[in-house]
Amino acid sequence: MSLYYLQKFLYNLNRDDRVKAQYHENLDELLDQYDLSDEERQALIDGDIGLLYVLGVNGQILMHYAALLGIEWFDYLQLMRDGIAQHGPVRAGVYTMTGGGKAFTQEDSKQKDTAK
Amino acid sequence: MTLVYAGVVSHGPGITGRAHLVENTQERDRLYAALDKQRQEIEDSGAEVLVVVAAEHFANFFMDNMPAFCIGIGEKHEGPIEDPDWLGIPKTVIKGAPDLALEMTKEIMQTVDVAFAEEWKCDHGIMVPLHFLNPDGRMRVIPVNINCQGPPLTPLSRAWAFGEALRRACDLSEEKVALIGTGGISHWPATPDSGKINEAWDREFLERLMRQDRDALLSYTDEETYADGGQGGFEIRTYIAAAAAARGRGDLQFYTAQLPIFAVGCTVARFALEETA
Repeated sequence: MSLYYLQKFLYNLNRDDRVKAQYHENLDELLDQYDLSDEERQALIDGDIGLLYVLGVNGQILMHYAALLGIEWFDYLQLMRDGIAQHGPVRAGVYTMTGGGKAFTQEDSKQKDTAK
Repeated sequence: MTLVYAGVVSHGPGITGRAHLVENTQERDRLYAALDKQRQEIEDSGAEVLVVVAAEHFANFFMDNMPAFCIGIGEKHEGPIEDPDWLGIPKTVIKGAPDLALEMTKEIMQTVDVAFAEEWKCDHGIMVPLHFLNPDGRMRVIPVNINCQGPPLTPLSRAWAFGEALRRACDLSEEKVALIGTGGISHWPATPDSGKINEAWDREFLERLMRQDRDALLSYTDEETYADGGQGGFEIRTYIAAAAAARGRGDLQFYTAQLPIFAVGCTVARFALEETA
């Protein structure tokens, strides 16, 4: 596990326009600068919000990353639920899911119903 | 006395970024009216500088060097770090107040080991309050943060001491200063539980805050806060610091748990300013 470096990469990406440019130009070379497991590296290459959430990436960092990827709000919430369904509970940190995957807003509930 | 205004306000990114998704537009507009009233009150105070005591969310600091407190002393600050379309706030440059911030830092350091930063990037935690309270950029801004994200977190008792130090520092200023604490009460942001709000816990906390009950405010353990108020509840530190700076009783001008799409019980309050001992 190298959650610290996984988060550090996302922290740098979220806040630094030069890192964002490198992210688009040469992601492999950028990721080489961080001590990541194969699973973490692949999750970043895939932009896999669900797996990154389960791996324990701090929620604020992950939320900003999802915004950077242009993911719509309700899709982002669902991707985290899907991640838990696929990979199990959040493995580290304080941003765990406590509500069993249910929606806590009427707007989100409607979105979920429409998606069924 | 040069602190001329002290209050608290919510900063959830949805308040600007998800405005268009809200079904309860009537309640949303009540919130926006309360925020505009707060803006007007700050303007009426004559404040020239706005100190924003925020709960940073990894715009400036990471766990390689995480300060318990930090104050921005730069000539300018930039933000938001987030995608501007997502947040609903365009990227902008914010005027700082370097001379005053430096003097404040020196005073605060007499009792609290505050860090300082000449570079500062703002995330939603500062941009959302500024969007409503300083829309024309009239006031220069001193950003301040308290570590509410990367455990071990700043102890509540130290947040109180920091608020007291901020007050001494503001009162040394020849300029008129407004201070706003910005955080959430109970919330589970950036999780699938976004929108979950513990209204009873919020109201109990706000009662303690409004009556300046220091002992009751500082009695929360992080374990209790996490269980009852979620990881977002750790941001009560910013409200506690604002209360300690103001010393006077609070006036809860607005609170609603009816906008869960904003992921937080939306709050607007101000404090009376009591003379310091």
